[in-house]
Amino acid sequence: MPAKVIPFAAAVAVLLLIAFFASAAYTVSETEQVIITQFGKPIDEPVTEAGLHFKIPFVQEVNTIDKRILEWDGQRTEMPTKDKLYISVDTYGRWRITEPLNYFRRLRDERSAQSRLEDILGSETRNAIAKHDLIEVIRTSKERVPTPDETLEGNEGGRIGVLHPITKGRKKIEEEIRAAAKEKLAEFGIELLDVRFKRINYNPSVVTKIYDRMISERQQIASRFRSEGEGEAAKIVGDKERDLSGIESEAYKTVQEIRGAADATATEIYAQAYDQSPESRSLYEFVKSLDTYREVVDSDSTLVLTTGGDLFRFLNKMSGQ
Amino acid sequence: MPERMIRLPDLNTHGWPVHRTVLAVVGTLLVAIAAWSSVFTVPAESEGVVLRFGRFTKTVPPGLHFKMPLGIDRVAVVPVRRQLKQEFGFGTPGATNRWQSSGRQEWSDEKSMVTGDLNAALVEWVVQYRIDAPDLYLFKVRNADATLRDASESIMREVVGDRTVDEVITIGRQEIEVQSLQKLQELTASYEMGIKIDQVQLKNVNPPERVQDSFNEVNQAQQEKERAINVANGEYNKVVPRARGEAAQKIRAAEGYAKKRINEAKGDVAAFVALLAEYSKAPEVTRQRLYLETMAEVLPRVRRKIILDEDAKGVLPLLNLGGDTLAPPSRRGAEGGSH
Repeated sequence: MPAKVIPFAAAVAVLLLIAFFASAAYTVSETEQVIITQFGKPIDEPVTEAGLHFKIPFVQEVNTIDKRILEWDGQRTEMPTKDKLYISVDTYGRWRITEPLNYFRRLRDERSAQSRLEDILGSETRNAIAKHDLIEVIRTSKERVPTPDETLEGNEGGRIGVLHPITKGRKKIEEEIRAAAKEKLAEFGIELLDVRFKRINYNPSVVTKIYDRMISERQQIASRFRSEGEGEAAKIVGDKERDLSGIESEAYKTVQEIRGAADATATEIYAQAYDQSPESRSLYEFVKSLDTYREVVDSDSTLVLTTGGDLFRFLNKMSGQ
Repeated sequence: MPERMIRLPDLNTHGWPVHRTVLAVVGTLLVAIAAWSSVFTVPAESEGVVLRFGRFTKTVPPGLHFKMPLGIDRVAVVPVRRQLKQEFGFGTPGATNRWQSSGRQEWSDEKSMVTGDLNAALVEWVVQYRIDAPDLYLFKVRNADATLRDASESIMREVVGDRTVDEVITIGRQEIEVQSLQKLQELTASYEMGIKIDQVQLKNVNPPERVQDSFNEVNQAQQEKERAINVANGEYNKVVPRARGEAAQKIRAAEGYAKKRINEAKGDVAAFVALLAEYSKAPEVTRQRLYLETMAEVLPRVRRKIILDEDAKGVLPLLNLGGDTLAPPSRRGAEGGSH
């Protein structure tokens, strides 16, 4: 019997040893920190070093708490801005547990931490949005001047293509929310690293109005283009008429000048020759009259000539007159 | 492993030799399991991060590696060399990376944005990234990929929020890509999540659906404008060069006329001067000759010629030939053409 009891007892002892060891040893991952509690009460400083650790078995309990930067993804919430626009805001934040003991005492687990974050950040976001016009949470840099769209150039005085001015901007407001929430969260052992707006969109009730405005802006641009086109075209038609009249009148003028000058020159040439002496004048008169006969008398004419005329004066008598 | 080897014979030596074979089988099995769990491979595109009792010990390159078995060493395989991407506002089906895109019902919220002129735009984009520090990726931030999605959405809206709708939709695309890449790189670096952003690419960027027609209308109007100008220019070009040509033609014709006129004048004058020279030598004869020559030329052309004796005035009434009206006798002298 004892021979049989010995290995049995040994086996039990080994098993107990293993159980003891298993309860005493625990591992801490790189991503975790551990708070050892004894009967539910935290003892000692939290264990932040990763690796194998030991504790008093059975009595002490291991509570792991994340050491990493954690996400808080806010609920999408509808809220009004200062300029009474309803928008839906979706924020996110980064946080981590810097004082695990505090955290553990106040919140125990992440679920309650998340709901606390939601409460605090949600209400701070709401406050911040309500204090600012929409544009303040849309734009970031005050100085930025938009690149004008050259094809849309020329809408003077319009609000199209203009960035609305801001005094603070998105980043500052995010920082304000963070600053306000930071202290409230600090007492839970939580460090809030940052809060950022993830999505800001128009509420469906506002969006129709926004779209209508966008449509009317575009129509404004479109009608400007059309009227510009018509204007330009009219200008070109005007140019055409002006150039045509110019060209034609210029040509007329030149033609008249050339012809006039030629006529004058010709007249002068004729006058010089014909008017040089009484003899030339009389010859000219004579020759011109003869030319006139050539032109006037044709086959349809009937000539009645008398023998008294110059031509036939020899018909009656040889000697003439 | 060596500890187990020692422990097994320990159990064996005390009694029950009947079960030796059983124990041997169990022992071998345990050894096999231990051996199996002490071997691991890291695929080519990845790195293995080895944790002993949860503590980071080393990273190992791709290949076959050994580790302490039975949960003492654990290995996380991180695909460091794989180009990963996240899509926003749309999703490519069949993605292996579960963070590549969000659910279909999220897309429309994901891409709706408010621009700096308080208009709305739909922006779809892609972020290309890689895990460049596996230890940070695993230990510093929980769920780094989800954080990246949030950060990317936030940055894109920040960049779009500083631009007009026209910049977002047309002319500012590249600038947006560049700036959001830079900002996202800064932000992920500050989060220390071990992720390196390679690229931000804009995909479809559109005005909201209900507004798209009016944006098209602007394009149309732009084309109409061009067309109106082109038509007017065409009309101009059709008419004006021709008018120029015609003007040139008229001027040339006038120049021709001038040349002709002057040459004729010179010719006429030359002939006249020559005649005058002859005439001044013998005026009477020349005069007569000219007269007669003209008559000789003119008279044959006339079909009807009546020659009257000066004294035979009574003939006149008989001269009603062919119904032609005759000149009254008083004009006789003129008709005679005497000089």
